[in-house]
Formats: sequence, structure tokens, C-alpha cells
Amino acid sequence: MSGTPILSLNALTMRFGGLLAIDDLSFEAKRGDITALIGPNGAGKTTVFNCITGFYRPTSGSIRVTRDDGKVFALEKLPDFKIAQRVHVARTFQNIRLFAGMTALENLLVAQHNTLMRKSGYTVFGLFGTPGYRSAEREAIELARHWLAKTQLIERADDPAGSLPYGAQRRLEIARAMCTNPVLLCLDEPAAGLNPRESDELNTLLRSIKNETPASILLIEHDMNVVMEISDRVIVLDHGKKISEGTPAFVRNDQKVIAAYLGVEEDAVDQAEAEVRA
Amino acid sequence: MSAARPAFSSALAHALKDALIAGIVAFGLFILLLGFLTDDQRGPLRLLSRPVLLASAVGIVFAGRFIVSVIYHYAAALRYWLALIWSMVCGAAIKFKWPLLAIMLIFAVIRIYYAPQTWPLTAVAVATVFIAVRFGLSAAFLMLAVLFPVAFYDNPYFLGIAIIALTYIMLGWGLNIVVGLAGLLDLGYVAFYAVGAYSYAIIAQTYGWSFWVCLPLAGLFAAFFGILLGFPVLRLRGDYLAIVTLAFGEIVRIVLLNWVTFTNGPNGIGSIPRASFFGIPFTAGDDGFAARFGLEFDPTHRTVFLFYVILALALLTNWVTIRLRKLPVGRAWEALREDEIAVRSLGINPTNTKLTAFAIGAMFGGFAGAFFATRQGFISPDSFTFPESALILAIVVLGGMGSQLGVAIAAIVVTASFELFREFEQFRLVIFGFGMVVIMVWRPRGLVSTRDPTAYLKERKTISVEHVAEGRG
Repeated sequence: MSGTPILSLNALTMRFGGLLAIDDLSFEAKRGDITALIGPNGAGKTTVFNCITGFYRPTSGSIRVTRDDGKVFALEKLPDFKIAQRVHVARTFQNIRLFAGMTALENLLVAQHNTLMRKSGYTVFGLFGTPGYRSAEREAIELARHWLAKTQLIERADDPAGSLPYGAQRRLEIARAMCTNPVLLCLDEPAAGLNPRESDELNTLLRSIKNETPASILLIEHDMNVVMEISDRVIVLDHGKKISEGTPAFVRNDQKVIAAYLGVEEDAVDQAEAEVRA
Repeated sequence: MSAARPAFSSALAHALKDALIAGIVAFGLFILLLGFLTDDQRGPLRLLSRPVLLASAVGIVFAGRFIVSVIYHYAAALRYWLALIWSMVCGAAIKFKWPLLAIMLIFAVIRIYYAPQTWPLTAVAVATVFIAVRFGLSAAFLMLAVLFPVAFYDNPYFLGIAIIALTYIMLGWGLNIVVGLAGLLDLGYVAFYAVGAYSYAIIAQTYGWSFWVCLPLAGLFAAFFGILLGFPVLRLRGDYLAIVTLAFGEIVRIVLLNWVTFTNGPNGIGSIPRASFFGIPFTAGDDGFAARFGLEFDPTHRTVFLFYVILALALLTNWVTIRLRKLPVGRAWEALREDEIAVRSLGINPTNTKLTAFAIGAMFGGFAGAFFATRQGFISPDSFTFPESALILAIVVLGGMGSQLGVAIAAIVVTASFELFREFEQFRLVIFGFGMVVIMVWRPRGLVSTRDPTAYLKERKTISVEHVAEGRG
């Protein structure tokens, strides 16, 4: 199945009143890949994420997820929590959204709500602590322990999420998303605010997610160190339109991308480069 | 202490200046209000002066401001010394706990020797202190609750207050699910109390079913109303949610008031069947409780029975809440309080989560209402007004949102203070309000403001309040 598209956007348009945030955007993310979505500030990257995860309902266009078992889901028709519950698309947030007053472990247990809810007989068996539910809870704690260890948070497992340092909160958010057993993991600027050592560790973590779990990754990132090093494919947005797509090396040298980032017209870049060479 | 603290004389001078300003302002305000009086009773209009009244009013303001100012100036030092004294007392109490307990035991023996008729009270007091020392505060509370009728069997007034306190504990615990755990501000909780009471009264009168059959039905009806309220308010948050819940409470009360054919309107429902001991009524007759068990008839039997019924109901509420907190549904409630958007992103259905919180909270309110109806024997819409909702909410906020022990303590404090200040009549609410303000200044997040985690890997650490969200609905 590897190499087939897991996510495909077709002519996605999102309009807020008079503002055209996404304009006829189409792209695909391949199964097992890390696909990066980059672009200058205000290009519409987070809006794309909010459409994929159902927090916004797109004005028009379609978003399809094809799972490993061949099942196809039309995300634009599902409410946000059903996208996470049925399709197993997980996400993190640009400004961290943890359950600050709950411990790191509890955060990861909340993420396993749907599994535990079924195992607790929708609370009835759980209320009386039947052996079936208790073993399900032990398994849930084991899965949480696995991801806490992966994200080097095992020492802080019993501390409230709100008391963790910034980098640890970012990692915990990824761990929480992974506890939902996602097929598609959407990361909104996971490296924002991290120091170089932490962003290297993030690269290692994302690679291991790619290699060891069924999850494909879609990420928004400004940190080019992360983008260039780990992504298999990069999609560049500007003013809600796709302006370039390809391997990191290709995108890096694309005149249109450079122009968009510098905020000038395309030929101005050629001119500037010519001047530099001269 | 900090070196920056000003010298005593300068602090005094500051306070004096402060008080002087307050005095001048008070003089300016009161001179026309209190200082002069026009009198046209006898003869022509005369201007009378009341210098003594004016002077005493200004004097009170001056002195009061002076004292507040001095206390405020030395607040840090005062707090330091109080904390020091408190820690020394606690330290000494813990260090010498066995000698202290022995002394207490000796006193207890002496008291029983000289006042043998009060032995149950003394014995219960001693047992409670021992349990508190050995097993902690919660165990002592439980023990005290179970043995309360033993200690105060000959004091129906105390038993009555204890029943009221337990009713409020139960209501507080029920509302705590909605407000404390799920973070949904509900100002109309008394509606579910009313639904429970009226369901019990009407079912028991119409069909003649026993209390134990009607009780679950009353809970079910209340839960149904909880869902009914839940649906329209699903999208509302914070202030808007509070206003709609407030309106819901009023709607229920007004329907009860005006649907005369069904609820008998403002006249209420009387002679509601009393709860029986598994079919044996508490009457003086031959098939009454006393006669069946070979006891002499005593109306206190019924009171004690009611006490244990409400204790059992309250403990059921507590047990269910503690269990639910550790189940996925309870964790989802707390997560909803912390961050609803994150909850959605994890595939948790926010609608179901909110509705279960409303329904389960309402169900316990309904149980309490059914109990209220069978205890009173008479209910009318007057018992289910908005101040009642506000009182239950005050108990939850005062106790510390989400804390079971805190809510129980707050309910006891509130009921006891209402009884203590009964003789002050109309000033009762003023005193109560003042007490609330003091407690909220002293402990803005309630008496018990820490959160217990529901699961742990290595050690259970309580979570301090600054991380825990209050919920925005």
C-alpha cells in the first residue's frame, strides 16, 4: 500500500466573508511519507489543517482519506470529533492545547477515551470494576508509558501538564495525538519555540513515528532545519494557493518559493541574484 | 522578615493619615445626613443639630479605617506570625499525639463517670478523634456521620439539622459533577431537586408505590430533565450558559406554580406518603416499627431512619462520583473543563460528554428531591426558588470545585452557620455574605483547592490549583 495517497485534497476552497483563505487547493500526501506544508505567514496553512481536522467546514472542494484497509472517508462531511474517532486523524495545535490541570499520564489516557469507553461497557462495567475493564485500563497505561518513554517524559508522568517546560509540552502533545492510534498525524508547527537540540530530537521522534507506526505525517513548519531534513515531500502555499511542490531540494531552489518568502515578484529574485553574481 | 518593612512609627503615622482622610470624607458625607434634622412637629419648622450622633459616626469610620490600615500594613508580618504559631501548634500536636489522646481519654472517663447519661456523645467524640489521628480526616467524617444518631439520639433538633446538612452535601456533590468536574456553570440546579420532589410526590400519591420504587423513578425523571436542559445549552459557554440554566430553573418553578391541575399550584402537595422501613411504617399502631421490633414508640425512630437514608444516598453519590472520575467518562468531563477544542481533536463526542454530566448531576438532585418530599410530607414551589440554587452553587464554589471533601465541609459550614445566626433574623444573610467574601478573599479557589490525579505511574502527587482550569462552560 505504501506510496498510494492517504490524503487527497481536491479543489479545496475556504472563504471567510470577503477573505479567500484557501483558493482551489489540490494536493496529495502519500502513505508512510512525511509531507510538509510550508509558506509565509498568513498563507493559509493552519486553515488547511482546520479543514482537514473538521474544525472548519470548507466552502467547496473535497478532502479524502484512504485508510490502509481501502476504506475512503470524505472528511468535509464529518464533524471534527468524528474525524478523530472514525478516520483516526490526529492533530496538535500551534499554540499548545494540553489539559493543563491533568497529569501527563492522564492526558494520554484521555486520548484513549474511545477504546476505554468501549471496554468499560460505556461506563456500566467500569463502574463495578470488572476484570475486563481493569485489564483494558492496564493496557491503556502501558500504551501511555510507551509514548511517554518515546518522548522522554517518563520522569514527568505524574506532574501536571501545565507545569512542564515548553519543549516537553510540545512532545506531550505529540504523544497524546499518537495515543489515538492515528493513520494521519497532523502537526501544526511542532518545532516552534524549540532550541536546536530539541528540534534535532523532534526530527528523531518524527522519523521513528514514520518508520515504526502506521501513521503518515502531515506537518506545518517554519523551521527549515526540520522541514528539509525529514520531509519526503514539501508543498508550498502562498495566499491560499499552491505555488510549488516537490522534494525539499527542489522546493528550496524554486524561484517562486524564494520570491514568496521574500515578498517580491518572481523576476525581482532573478534580478537580485544576477546582481549578487555580478 | 523582610528588611523593607517600615518602622513602627512611620506605619502608625501612615495609618493615622489614612484614617484622618477617611474621617474627613465621613464628616462631609454625614454632616447633612446625620448632623442636622428638620422638625416641623411642634410649631414652625426648626433646624435641630445632632452633634453626638455625627461625632460617633465619624469616630467609628476613623477608628475602623485606622485598624484596617494598621492590619493591612502589617499583613505580611501578621500572616507570618499566624503561620508560625499554627505550625508550632500542629507540630506539638503531632509530636505529642499519644499523650494528648491519653489525656483526652482520661477526661472522657471522668465525664462519663459524672454525667453517665451522656456517654454516647463522649464515646463518639473520642472515637472520632482517634480515627482522625489514625486514618485521616475523611475517615473521621465518615465515622462521625455513621455514629451521629448514637451521639445525639435525644436531640431531635440536632438530628434535623444533620439531615438538612446531609441533603445539602448530597446536592453539592451532585452539582459538583456538572460545575466542578465538567466545568459547566449551572445556576438552575434546584430545578432537578424540584423535579425529583414532585415526581416522588405525584407518583407516590397517584399509584401508592413505596418510597424505594419511587426513588429511582424520581432520579430518572430528573436525569431526563437534565438532558432536556442539556440540549439547548450545548453550544453555550460561560455567562450565556449560566443565564440559560438560570432561566431553566425559573421555568420549572413557574410551571409548577401554574399547572394547578397537575401540581396543585402554589398550594403545593400535602400528605405525601412517608418512607417506610421495608414496608413497616413508623407509626404508633400495632403494625408500626416500634411494635414489630418490641420497642416503645418514639418519633425519633423515624428521624434516625431518615438520617440513615440520606446518609446512604449521599455516600452513593460520593462513591459514584469517585468511580466515575477514574473512568473514561469522568476523565472526559475534566478534560472538557480544561480545553474543549483539544477534547474534540481526540475524537471525544463533546455532546455526549456534556449530556452525561448534566444527566448524572441531575439524577442525584432528583434523588435528594425525592428524599426531601418524603421527609417534609409537603412540598410547594416556594421550596425551589433561585436562592436555593445559588446556595448549592455557593457550597460547591466554597468547598473548592471538584473536591468531594471540600464540598462536604462547605455544606456543613453553611448549614451550621445558618442555624447559628438564626436569632439575627434579617441580618443572617448579611453575615452569611460577609463570611463568603472573607473566605473567597482568603481562599479564592475554595477550601480544598488541590486536584487528585485519577491515575499515576510512580507516585500520586496532588496538583496545585494554578494549573487547573475553572471551566468556561
